[in-house]
Amino acid sequence: MSERRPAAAADRLPVLKTHKVYVAGKFPRSESGRFDRALAPDGTPIANICRCSRKDVRDAVTAARAAQAGWAARTAYNRGQILYRIAEMLEGRSGQFEALLAAGGTAPDEAAVEVQASTDRLLHYAGWTDKFQQVFSSVNPVATSHFNFSILEPMGVVGVLAPESPLLGLVSSIAPAIAGGNTTVVLVTGGQPLPATTFGEVLNSSDVPGGVVNILTGRRDEMLAPLAAHRDVDALLLCSPDPDVARSAEIEAVHNLKRAAVRPHEDWADVQSPYEITDLQEVKTTWHPIGS
Amino acid sequence: MTDSTPSTGLTAPKLRLGIRDGSDDGWGYAPAPESTDHVELRDRYGLFIDGEFVDAGDGRTFETANPATEEKIADVALASDADVDAAVAAARRAYEEVWSQLAPRERGKYVYRIARVLQERGRELAITESLDGGKPIRESRDVDIPLAAAHFFYYAGWADKLDYAFPGRGARALGVAGQVIPWNFPLLMAAWKIAPAIAAGNTVVLKPAETTPLTALKLAEIIRDAGVPPGVVNIVTGAGETGAAVVQHDDVDKVAFTGSTEVGKLIRRALAGSGRHYTLELGGKAANLVFEDAAVDQAVEGIVNGIFFNQGHVCCAGSRLLVQESVADEVISKLKDRMETLIVGDPLDKNTDIGAINSRAQLDKIEEYLEIGEAEGAEPFQTSCPVPERGYWCRPTLFLHASQSHRVVQEEIFGPVLAVQTFRTVDEGIAMANNTPYGLSGGVWSDKGAKAFRVTSRIRAGVLWANTYNKFDPTAPFGGYKESGIGREGGLAGLHAYLQPEAAA
Repeated sequence: MSERRPAAAADRLPVLKTHKVYVAGKFPRSESGRFDRALAPDGTPIANICRCSRKDVRDAVTAARAAQAGWAARTAYNRGQILYRIAEMLEGRSGQFEALLAAGGTAPDEAAVEVQASTDRLLHYAGWTDKFQQVFSSVNPVATSHFNFSILEPMGVVGVLAPESPLLGLVSSIAPAIAGGNTTVVLVTGGQPLPATTFGEVLNSSDVPGGVVNILTGRRDEMLAPLAAHRDVDALLLCSPDPDVARSAEIEAVHNLKRAAVRPHEDWADVQSPYEITDLQEVKTTWHPIGS
Repeated sequence: MTDSTPSTGLTAPKLRLGIRDGSDDGWGYAPAPESTDHVELRDRYGLFIDGEFVDAGDGRTFETANPATEEKIADVALASDADVDAAVAAARRAYEEVWSQLAPRERGKYVYRIARVLQERGRELAITESLDGGKPIRESRDVDIPLAAAHFFYYAGWADKLDYAFPGRGARALGVAGQVIPWNFPLLMAAWKIAPAIAAGNTVVLKPAETTPLTALKLAEIIRDAGVPPGVVNIVTGAGETGAAVVQHDDVDKVAFTGSTEVGKLIRRALAGSGRHYTLELGGKAANLVFEDAAVDQAVEGIVNGIFFNQGHVCCAGSRLLVQESVADEVISKLKDRMETLIVGDPLDKNTDIGAINSRAQLDKIEEYLEIGEAEGAEPFQTSCPVPERGYWCRPTLFLHASQSHRVVQEEIFGPVLAVQTFRTVDEGIAMANNTPYGLSGGVWSDKGAKAFRVTSRIRAGVLWANTYNKFDPTAPFGGYKESGIGREGGLAGLHAYLQPEAAA
């Protein structure tokens, strides 16, 4: 069969992509109409990104809350398959992510390693969905005639301040949260936002229900405080090496006693364990009498 | 449900067994007071720092009294910031030089010793607990003291098994723990705090509540007599300022607090960004749901146990009764009859069901809520039993026809006061149960197993009791969702609160 494709035209104008946010399974722009520029390391603008507002944060929390009960009610097997599907989609688009990372300043060979590690990380947590409960729950031998057990339940809606690490860090913070049945609002405030906006497309083609992961781009000083203070957010995952960032978010979180996990890592290569899942789980103990 | 008329058709005259109201018809119980003659109580108690009892540096003291008689029992040292400094320094020294160097097996033996002596001195401790805190001797004897001993016994065994605490990881102690406990279960809370902490290899500074310091100080004697190295456990008595000094101390690695949500939030704020470990066991407003397919008589017992156990001074008390409309009349009628048999009075009397309210301040708070509940339109019901003239007492109380907006439904009263609401469908009952910022506990009464499992799984709380209530065990993790706290005590989860996993190899 002969090659019918026309040769790439040297004078063809490329189609540029509009990078939007990912909320409730859709790709809206910020309600504020504002934008920021994603820059190459030399300061050249690469793309416009949404500069989300506190209203966008609230909308994303609403979406995450709406999705939470349904996501937690999925079987562990089903959640595992969906995380596996995310890995499949990421693998299939590895070239695109390598290019995005490279455009943001990651060396090409490192970009390839980062995309592979991110895919493998998703696979790792896909396998945990139907195992962490077995490893970490317990039947408790109480001294009365009761069947007593403690199981893990998702905390609920988790607000994630995504790390600077543009893909591996992003994946490493989202995957354990959703593997355990939480839904997330992810704030992308680092210098390389484009892998995150594109990762929303991966999620959207992986049977992840809308609202399970919501990804907002913008500025930390505009979005983190409203997210940390939001009464309908149950927990925070604060990925920042700056202790003042974690401290100020934790103070905002006090009034509904959000749980807060802090991840100061800059290198995310080894941040992988079931404890990343259990740190976003509650322990529930149930007593049933044994008798006639 | 329109009034208190029983719908069961039962017209038998009420038997008023156990009521001692002066109109005794011969059915009343004779007094059965527990003898106190062998209990040694000193007039004056010091702080327990570095293995010795010492006066406060500035010589200040406060009084602890018997809430059933309002009479002073003893003067107790009031720890200042300087005393807390000394206690933390002793704990640090003991951690660095002794406790962390000791073979885990030997560490465990000390903890076992404490458990054993608690059992040996159980009767004395039970009486002391009832004298100092007002709880019925039946509860201090059968619940508080045996469970306290059981906690030490359980955690003692963990001391040489920490390698199994975190699958795939090693474990190490945190260092010095600063711990503050409330007055509702004085010795038991001390055990919940101290046992896992020292078994895991930490040392502690514990502050008991100012109205109930005596059993913790007796525990200090036991710890000293057990030969536990000086400084491993330090006990500093005082009020809120002393507690604040403990939890905010710079050289404390871990804070454990049981108390009000309000104070818990202040502590959480103070710890923000510090990287220190913490567990908070805070308030609750638990729903006790009775479905139409419940065994009603058992449910009534469970409702009574849920709210009137320990005068309702229980963070996980079933203080909201949610009863399905179709059985509401019957349940409430039987509940009222059962409540009429409850004996309020001398905590040391073995017949007493409801002892003294722990303090004047707590009684004032409860009485304020009784006024609020009535003013907001709920219908009060209080039993007719007599109460002693001196001391702090509150008869068991219901607020019928309470609604979600009522403060007696939303706020923790911490007394023998039960708000009653009704629901129609299972989903409505669950939604009402979850309509609270708290999430410590909940109860479900239904003879349908599948329904009980489903409802317990949908209530957002840390401890769920199905067809039972207010059961506790050292192996069973306890702690809250939402604003009822962060972290767990009891079981392996409670051990985790005093350890950190080592980094992956």
